[in-house]
Amino acid sequence: MATQSRTELLAAYRTMATMRAFEERMHIEFAGGGVPGFVHLYAGQEASAAGVCANLTDHDVLLNTHRAHGPAIARGADIFAVAKEIYCRGEGLCRGRGGSAHLHDTKNGLWAANSGVGSGVALGCGAALAARTRGTGGIAVALVGDGAVNQGVVSEGLNLASIWKLPLVVVVENNGYGEATAAGYAIAGGGIARRAEAFDMPGVQVDGSDYFAVFEAAAAAAERARRGKGPSLIEVEVTRFFGHFEGDAQTYRSRDEAERARRERDCLANFRRTVVAEGILDAGELDLVDTDVADLIDRVYAEAEAAPYPPDDELMEFIYADSL
Amino acid sequence: MSDSAGITESTDTAASTETAESTEMNMLTAINHTLHREMARDDRVIVLGEDVGANGGVFRATEGLYDEFGATRVVDTPLAEGVILGASVGLAASGLVPVPEIQFLGFVYQAFHQLAGQVARMRYRTRGRFHAGITIRAPFGGGIRTPELHSDALEGQLCNIPGLKVVMPASAADAKGLLATAIRDPDPVLFLEPLRGYRLIKGQVPTGEHLVPFGRAATVTEGDDVVLVAWSYMVEVCRRAAGKLSDLGISARVLDLRTLVPLDTEAITSAVEECGRAVVVQEAPRTGGFASDVVAEINDRALWSLEAPVARVSAYDNPYPVGLLEDDYLPDVDKVVEAARRTVEAS
Ligand SMILES: Cc1ncc(C[n+]2csc(CCOP(=O)(O)OP(=O)(O)O)c2C)c(N)n1
Ligand SMILES: [Mg+2]
Repeated sequence: MATQSRTELLAAYRTMATMRAFEERMHIEFAGGGVPGFVHLYAGQEASAAGVCANLTDHDVLLNTHRAHGPAIARGADIFAVAKEIYCRGEGLCRGRGGSAHLHDTKNGLWAANSGVGSGVALGCGAALAARTRGTGGIAVALVGDGAVNQGVVSEGLNLASIWKLPLVVVVENNGYGEATAAGYAIAGGGIARRAEAFDMPGVQVDGSDYFAVFEAAAAAAERARRGKGPSLIEVEVTRFFGHFEGDAQTYRSRDEAERARRERDCLANFRRTVVAEGILDAGELDLVDTDVADLIDRVYAEAEAAPYPPDDELMEFIYADSL
Repeated sequence: MSDSAGITESTDTAASTETAESTEMNMLTAINHTLHREMARDDRVIVLGEDVGANGGVFRATEGLYDEFGATRVVDTPLAEGVILGASVGLAASGLVPVPEIQFLGFVYQAFHQLAGQVARMRYRTRGRFHAGITIRAPFGGGIRTPELHSDALEGQLCNIPGLKVVMPASAADAKGLLATAIRDPDPVLFLEPLRGYRLIKGQVPTGEHLVPFGRAATVTEGDDVVLVAWSYMVEVCRRAAGKLSDLGISARVLDLRTLVPLDTEAITSAVEECGRAVVVQEAPRTGGFASDVVAEINDRALWSLEAPVARVSAYDNPYPVGLLEDDYLPDVDKVVEAARRTVEAS
């Protein structure tokens, strides 16, 4: 864990605390009826995107999933624009046209969050091949859920990445369910990480409540990709604190599963405990971050709720380069 | 006529309805009730799809089936649309009657080869040795603020695949009668369910055996100045538009096509002959949509009865927009009224 400096670790904590506070607030605002459409919250999974993104540079590309808010924040997208996009406002990341599940920010290497689940692996193959072809030194990281790994296109992508030794890291966020379907039921082959073997690439399983474990696995995979050794797969075991989407009755899991995860597998609490116990950061500075973040989140939501909607006359823009 | 939230029930299906007993249901309940009945009636019927089993489906359409018929007949699949439809072909060719669900019609793209390249062609390719009597259920359509890819009305693309039947009910009773017909039909049927109508569309549904034949349109509202031709949720929009038009002194007939393939060209022809004007309303984007086919049929069969050019009301030619923009994008009552008025004023 000594691979990150004090400053970097403080930044990692801030990132995770921001992701968490953003989603806790989203949960409340959604229940209040202020958020249009459907949202999938990332709370509980923060260490995954934070640990992965801490290894990325400006040349790299992150292919996001439909559970998009947390990873977008971790990748450094403007959090105000993220919130406005979820509220479908004109100043959102995609001018209010993508919504919660489609947060794109090419400026920050955040590509193609996708509600056609699994597609990120295919698009990531292209991004990785382009990085190599153009010699940018960049890599691509595709996030994908445990449900989405059963899409045919994910297998196609893993195979392609392997035969071409692409600088691609596939991060499978295994939160135990694809909607209501348990991963243990839907996934053959003794777990996701083991599928990597069949494609002749390293596959590891890490505890997603442990930021340091994710960081180290991602560091190794990124390093391998940058050295031209080819793709890797990381399975991050996480528990989502909320339902599949807001409004999910969650009849498929026991009532206390999320509560227990909050008590026992909270990546933020674990992080705090470790860095304080090891004397790397002190509790006071982490508390200061928390206060800061709470204030930021207030401002983010106030601004998003007040932001203007995209004008109707924009409906027909951005379909073609020039309108027909 | 039923209450304002409902749709006038079809009347021409009495011949295939066992008893006069009926009860009020919304469309979702009617679908669920029919799945229960058809599974009880024929033990070859198998329901499969994402979260359709233990969970009862994301919209609850398959609720209770798992408890009643068990895991061998109500099968939860992995998140893999391609194999859901591909495996359905294998099931059907082996003598079972699969009723797969594609959770949102937009994800039929993931299975498009299976659908267009396998399901639709089995009978033709094997010269009738195999067939794929599959009923693919899929919710579709706008109005509930789903993310991109979850709302698209793709029926035009599906009608362009010979070998598939495309069924799009607009009332709770038709949802029952057409679904039962679909499941008993030896050909592959896409049974498309309007998301917005699941709970909003209500009406009396016969509780006993109730079959609605394919290829028979229904007149939902009588009128003789202009016919509004529609299917699925757009029938509801047209019904409301007809009410507004009547306030303007225009008598609008609403014709619910109910099935696009096969298409009731006779009903379209006689409605146009009687009204002299027509507006075709579709939820899908304009270019390449099924409304264009209806207009072409009118040109072929009833051109000399027209007193004004046929109007089309559709969504715009853009990808389905998320959020509040969908209100602007979707055809609505005002757009239909405006189009109907234009056809009347043009002559
Ligand atoms: C191809 C496709 N099929 C179905 C859906 C509907 N859907 C949205 S999220 C989801 C479950 C995804 O599960 P997983 O990949 O484990 O991601 P998680 O939601 O758990 O983060 C499904 C089935 C979809 N978005 N895309
Ligand atoms: Mg999952």
